[in-house]
Amino acid sequence: MNKTVVEIRNVDFAYDDILVLKDITLTVEDGSFLGIVGPNGSGKTTLLKLILGLIHPLRGSVRVFGQAPERARPSIGYVPQHAEIDSSFPVSVMDVVLIGRLGKAPLIGKYRKIDMEMAEEALKEVEISELRTHRFGTLSGGQRQRVFMARALVGRPEILLLDEPTVSIDGRVEQDIYELLKKLNKKATIILVSHDLGFISTYVNQVACVNRSLVCNPTENVTSDVIGACYGGPVHMIKHKCEL
Amino acid sequence: MFEFIHVLQNQAFMQNAVIVGLLAAMACGIMGTYVVTRRIVFISGGISHTVLGGMGAAYYYGFNPTHGAFVAAIIAALLIGFVSLRYHQHEDTLIGALWAVGMAVGILFIYNTPGYNVDLMSYLFGNILMVKRESVLFVACLDLVIISLVALFYKRFLAVCFDEEYSRLQGVSVEGTYLLLLCLVAATVVMLIQVVGIILVIALLTLPAATARYFSQSLGKMMILASMFGAVFTTSGLVISYNQDIPSGATIIVVAGLAYIMATALKGLASRFRSYNKK
Repeated sequence: MNKTVVEIRNVDFAYDDILVLKDITLTVEDGSFLGIVGPNGSGKTTLLKLILGLIHPLRGSVRVFGQAPERARPSIGYVPQHAEIDSSFPVSVMDVVLIGRLGKAPLIGKYRKIDMEMAEEALKEVEISELRTHRFGTLSGGQRQRVFMARALVGRPEILLLDEPTVSIDGRVEQDIYELLKKLNKKATIILVSHDLGFISTYVNQVACVNRSLVCNPTENVTSDVIGACYGGPVHMIKHKCEL
Repeated sequence: MFEFIHVLQNQAFMQNAVIVGLLAAMACGIMGTYVVTRRIVFISGGISHTVLGGMGAAYYYGFNPTHGAFVAAIIAALLIGFVSLRYHQHEDTLIGALWAVGMAVGILFIYNTPGYNVDLMSYLFGNILMVKRESVLFVACLDLVIISLVALFYKRFLAVCFDEEYSRLQGVSVEGTYLLLLCLVAATVVMLIQVVGIILVIALLTLPAATARYFSQSLGKMMILASMFGAVFTTSGLVISYNQDIPSGATIIVVAGLAYIMATALKGLASRFRSYNKK
């Protein structure tokens, strides 16, 4: 039996008075590749932020490696949705990746040699070493996503959280990114949020549908009925392989 | 021009003016880079205008107005920083209120100060030719503090300005870093008030950095370039204002503004030219 890395129990969460998540219970085991799907505004990103400890549940508990999420952060890598970043900011790719070492580098002064080496290594892992001196703002959507993945990997995480990693990226690049994630899954547990259900189902080995509450049990096979219940209507399904 | 050099060689007031201009340019290049990239221009405007309250109070109670300005600037930075972190949704309204109230308090203090009435205009628009030798020393010390703190916290400031959420995940105190950054902006504002006065500070804080941004690949290079632009703007503005016998602060800002507009146009033309060539 694999050990549990993330354990969410009976969690409610509300922004002001609006209940976004209701009674969510979800466990993620070591080595899984979990896809969290659901329509826009269904609380997928909120669920990720709860796992990161950026926000706290109204009710219920979130444990990562049996600890409070804040304490587990050094072992979590996070790839945010890139829409929130100012693209005119004058930073190089290397600068951005190094931010992933900030928590482990000394408080004051420069990054150490080891931090630089690990950043180089992370860039190599996501196959964009040649971009290291480029200005971040000049990169394409797919390249930016890889930079953020390198930034998440540079802290040597045991869990990798990704929020819509393929939004605003064309299909072929999307496939490359999923192939890369498949490779990374050998070393880390991956939790990925997507509104695009069809594509991720060929890569993930667990699916959780979120629409305020958790509609489908992630340990069962996903059928079109369950997905339909999640989106509130029939959804065109492509191939589903939920092997467990 | 020769007349200016002659005065510079022989007159202490002109030497002080040039030195303060150059020292202030260094700070405005470094902190201006953060102000422009982190988009805290309005917050910096709020800090600089609130300072008049402190200057007025210091003047009323018989202290050095520059020291009053420094204390007021730090208080304003912490207050405005707190407002922007805590009441993000009403940030602009609250900062606008502090901005105006700070100025009003300053004017009331100055009005009620007995005896010879201070030249309000020189606080508002600055007079670099009136800078004293002791102010030069004060400005140099502030420069040293700003440069060393930025050197120590460079990677942290960069991370917080670029991606606040990710910095928080790295265990960085985003609030503390942000408040420290605003205090350094406040120190820079006090310095720049000597050069161009309260009302024009925001231009000198943003224009050199905004111009440098067009030509910079990294934050560090942007700081160096912005400091160099700042030095050119203050010195050339000073020369022109002396030769034409016009106000120095306003001349410096007009020079900086024109340079920024030219750089913007140049950048626009260059990108047009590139896309034209691609076709």
